[in-house]
Amino acid sequence: MNILVCISSVPDTTSKINFVDNDSKFDINGVQFIINPNDEFGLTKAVWMKQSNNASVTVLTVGEASVETTLRKCLAIGADKAIRIDCLPKDGYSVAKEIESHCNDVSYDIIICGRESIDYNGGIVPGLLAGFLDYNFVTNCVDLNVDGKKAVFSREMSGGTEISECELPLVVGSQKGLVEEKDLIIPNMRGIMMARQKPLDVITAKGISSLTEDKKFIKPEPKSEVKLVKANELDQLIDLLENEAKVI
Amino acid sequence: MSVLVYLESEDNKFKKSSYETLSYGKALADMMETDIFGVVFNCSNTDSLKNYGINKILKIDNPDFNDFSAKKFSHAIVDILKSEKIEVVILSSSANSKFLGAYLSGITDSSYVSNVIELPKSLNPFILKRTCFTNKAFSQTEVNSDLKIISITSNSFGLIENLSDPVIESLNINCVDSNHKILNIEKETGSVTIADAEIVVSAGRGLKGPENWNMIEALAKTLGAATACSKPVSDMGWRPHSEHVGQTGKPVSSNLYIAIGISGAIQHLAGINSSKIKVVINNDPEAPFFKAADYGVVGDAFEIVPALIEKLKARK
Repeated sequence: MNILVCISSVPDTTSKINFVDNDSKFDINGVQFIINPNDEFGLTKAVWMKQSNNASVTVLTVGEASVETTLRKCLAIGADKAIRIDCLPKDGYSVAKEIESHCNDVSYDIIICGRESIDYNGGIVPGLLAGFLDYNFVTNCVDLNVDGKKAVFSREMSGGTEISECELPLVVGSQKGLVEEKDLIIPNMRGIMMARQKPLDVITAKGISSLTEDKKFIKPEPKSEVKLVKANELDQLIDLLENEAKVI
Repeated sequence: MSVLVYLESEDNKFKKSSYETLSYGKALADMMETDIFGVVFNCSNTDSLKNYGINKILKIDNPDFNDFSAKKFSHAIVDILKSEKIEVVILSSSANSKFLGAYLSGITDSSYVSNVIELPKSLNPFILKRTCFTNKAFSQTEVNSDLKIISITSNSFGLIENLSDPVIESLNINCVDSNHKILNIEKETGSVTIADAEIVVSAGRGLKGPENWNMIEALAKTLGAATACSKPVSDMGWRPHSEHVGQTGKPVSSNLYIAIGISGAIQHLAGINSSKIKVVINNDPEAPFFKAADYGVVGDAFEIVPALIEKLKARK
């Protein structure tokens, strides 16, 4: 079974969010990049499936050479090979088109992408890919079991969990729950050494144009100071919520 | 070119978010000087929709659409797009709507813009404001796609009443074949879901143990709120994973978010930051959450929460 895990390289959660070039670009100065957390849950699940389903795991990212560090980390975690489609990602649409083009050349039984990235929060790539390729699709996926050509999986929805089944191929939007945080694999020295020997192929991008463009980023207004209410004056809190904030 | 709203329903009732997406759609249609249509799957009583300005209700009554399916619903909407001239499709930010939006944009080869919080700044070019960097920034996004599919963040626009006299059209749409079959849906027992809630009462490790959640549930019940929890609490199994809110959990954009015994780690704040008003109850005056809160009470949650419940009950 062939599994493709699509990886987005994102600023670490604790990064300072600043913008440059007239607030049109994210300022990468001093920012540490990590594997998008939702992708990492999916990658870990895929690595488990090497054992349980005799799967071969390829990781793919659309990005410039600087993201190869993130791909090497994925290899150290346990992916078998890596692919970088060489271009600066513009929007979810163009990224998904580039991935689609690769998937028309190499067929995968399961394609895993994080349900959304923690930087642009688009939540678009897995759905677009499934639509482009006419594959089955589940997002917010919290459980996945594959037996032969059949998958049984769960997704989190408002007010519950839905369990369903389908035939492969399947696009999965992964999130926490597919594996737990404690299950995430921290690469050991052997993994890191082996990762250096594993193939990392660079593919020329198709140069697909984007459909959306971030024209300008705006940071929220600085927050006004918290209004503290004494623990024995809760009537005042209720009054503030009722008459000032008007939320109860 | 008209505007189409996907009106989500469950058990023959519209979700509150449907009225908000419709209110947004009506305002956008006015801006574009066009009509606002709504698509309804298996929801018989559509009377309430006329309070929000809808011009035409497209009704699909077919048991094949009883269970939500992103694929089946998307293909049905594509059928509508073939017969009606639609420029913008509007959805809510519920799990199902976002599931549908991304897939629909795939099969129509168009753009999908999520987390939209305002009407477009301009129509030509079409520029939307959306949240990004997990609520640490906004983006003015230019959309250059003939068909534009967008999701509105819940509680960002509100409900705007606007009486109309809609045309109701029953559509005879066949459901596409799919080998994707739903086996079971496990419903949560709580009465209010986090996604639909206007008020969310959330608690963290400061509660000391799962046995102390009675007062959190009681406070939520008094306020008609949903209950939520921080990541450590769900990791330790004190509360179900479905209640975990934060960066890797569920996003919250309620009108009021009450955090009890939650210190306010950056990953937690990232997930709840689009809530309008934040109240923090914590015995540690140095808790980082106070910096992100609108109102705060420093003190023992085990005294404050029961007292607050009594006072809220007395007020009613």
